[in-house]
Amino acid sequence: MIRMENLTKVFDTPGGDVTAVNNVNMEVPAGEICILLGPSGCGKTTTLKMINGLIPKSAGKIFIDGKDTDTVNPVQLRRNIGYVIQQIGLFPNMTIEDNICVVPDLLGWEKAKSRKRAAELLELVNLVPSAFLKRYPKELSGGQQQRVGVIRALAADPPVLLMDEPFGAIDPINRAVIQDEFLKMQKELKKTIMFVSHDIDEAIKMADKVAIFKDGILEQYSAPDDLLARPTNDFIASFLGQDRTLKRLSLLSVGDVKFGEEYKVHGEGDLANAIGQMKELGHQNIVVTGPQGRARAFLHLNDILGKKGVIEEYRQALPAVANVKEDLKTAVSTMFRHDVSWLACVDDDGFYKGYITQKAISHALSAIYRDEKQNTLR
Amino acid sequence: MRATTSVLLVFAAGIMFSLLLLNNDGLLIQIWINFADDVDFLIRQHIYLVVLSGGLAILIAVPLGVWLSRPYMRKFAEGAMQGLNVGTTVPTLAVLALSMSFLGIGVLPAIFALWIATLLPIVRNTYVGIREVPGFLIEAATGMGMTRTQILLRIELPNALYVIFAGIRTALAINVGTVPLAFLIGAGGLGELIFTGIALDNIEMMLAGAIPVALLAMLVDFIFLQIQTWSISRGVNPLR
Ligand SMILES: Nc1ncnc2c1ncn2[C@@H]1O[C@H](COP(=O)(O)OP(=O)(O)OP(=O)(O)O)[C@@H](O)[C@H]1O
Ligand SMILES: [Mg+2]
Repeated sequence: MIRMENLTKVFDTPGGDVTAVNNVNMEVPAGEICILLGPSGCGKTTTLKMINGLIPKSAGKIFIDGKDTDTVNPVQLRRNIGYVIQQIGLFPNMTIEDNICVVPDLLGWEKAKSRKRAAELLELVNLVPSAFLKRYPKELSGGQQQRVGVIRALAADPPVLLMDEPFGAIDPINRAVIQDEFLKMQKELKKTIMFVSHDIDEAIKMADKVAIFKDGILEQYSAPDDLLARPTNDFIASFLGQDRTLKRLSLLSVGDVKFGEEYKVHGEGDLANAIGQMKELGHQNIVVTGPQGRARAFLHLNDILGKKGVIEEYRQALPAVANVKEDLKTAVSTMFRHDVSWLACVDDDGFYKGYITQKAISHALSAIYRDEKQNTLR
Repeated sequence: MRATTSVLLVFAAGIMFSLLLLNNDGLLIQIWINFADDVDFLIRQHIYLVVLSGGLAILIAVPLGVWLSRPYMRKFAEGAMQGLNVGTTVPTLAVLALSMSFLGIGVLPAIFALWIATLLPIVRNTYVGIREVPGFLIEAATGMGMTRTQILLRIELPNALYVIFAGIRTALAINVGTVPLAFLIGAGGLGELIFTGIALDNIEMMLAGAIPVALLAMLVDFIFLQIQTWSISRGVNPLR
């Protein structure tokens, strides 16, 4: 846990005092990722560096796991906080192995133990240890260096991690891959992480909580979905962008908005039953499942109204399906690609799990606003 | 890089040998017969001057450069470096003369002058090499919990080492090239053969001094090139 109380930084410059961080109060609960976001020069880096004492604070208190950091020797403090700087900062004179083991070596770990750990960490980010341990930083690509920078911060297993734009220097495709790897790691490691980003989408994707700064002031501190749905002032709304509602699509999964899992028919079922189910569901299509329960095809109401016979004759192939785990952004783009207004939902093995419709999605996105309107009416 | 240097060395030596051995009726052999004893004696003096002045210069200059590069020296260091830069423009012969003017003649003023001339490039390169280590590496090291001393020993020096060695090689080249002049203030060395040879218009005598000086210069540079190549981490070493 990281807690800041009335944290302030005033730089004394030749041009007068600059208040880089102004009376900030916030708390990052243990095991959560907090992302600092805001326009350039708003005080994100300064805030981060005050936590590990790289920049001395002007006023206020910082507590890590309840302990006032002023009472800890800064060198000891830093060895217990993983730190990733914006420029990656691998030491060019050391091999990758030695780079990863910097803090364990400082802490006096046994060589065998730290070297084994280095290999494990490399594997964790999909770098083959035998190929990379003995290389030098200059022999790695930018993305590979960035991965090493992140695992170097994890080497001594610190409970707290500070990162300044850790995924900044990578192209968008590799960035997404590394972000995913990192989230997977965090699921197991449960570190308390504070990191600076200038990428709103990154913040939405990775943060448990987002802190938005402006001119050194903490403007809003809330969960990403909250932030997008309820920006507390115009600055935040415009900072998040006009498309902030669409951004929420990537926060919700298909599983969150799917419905009607029990409405389905078998190939041998009869048409009247199918029509009955459609009416009940209020949807003009119904999914036809196979013997095990996998989504196979669908029936459209207009094709079977007033018809006789078996379902087999009228069924149509499903143009596409949505995995319950994927986010709504992916599902919506699948819908647009196939020019359909609904998709059948399936799990990883293809078993039928329900429906997702454009109407249900827009309903889910606007639900939060509707709630608020009702609250104000009441 | 290494290969090219060695090839050049062999090539240069080969040309010299063929010129001297074949064209001039075995000139080199003549020189060897006539001056072997002198060369043997003088080269010892010569090497003594190089090793003492060069060694002392390295021992003093590297710590001095490190000290000037410390943050608390920042205000003072730039001025000091300016001074050193002006110092390097003074011709070494003038340094010798100045040294003699207050230390008299003999080995001491020679070593002092050689020491000064060798010192400057090493101090400058040590200072610049350390200051050129990117600030973010220092920040990363600090943020990971290294002490000032650990940062100096594990980050700053290893990353500056290539530049420091370049300074040492330049300085020793100046040193070895200047040592023959030490004869002029009475410190002996192979300069004795060269200058006497010139004065007496005796080509053999002059060559008896000049060839060992040239070989010595190449040998010293070769040795330090080897040290530079093999003692510096592959991660920051353009030679490997
Ligand atoms: N050492 C310093 N001396 C004086 N002013 C400083 C110093 N460091 C930062 N500042 C000022 O403090 C403010 C906050 O800087 P900071 O580096 O925290 O911004 P940031 O939010 O990280 O911006 P960016 O997104 O561009 O990295 C800026 O106005 C900056 O000019
Ligand atoms: Mg910054």
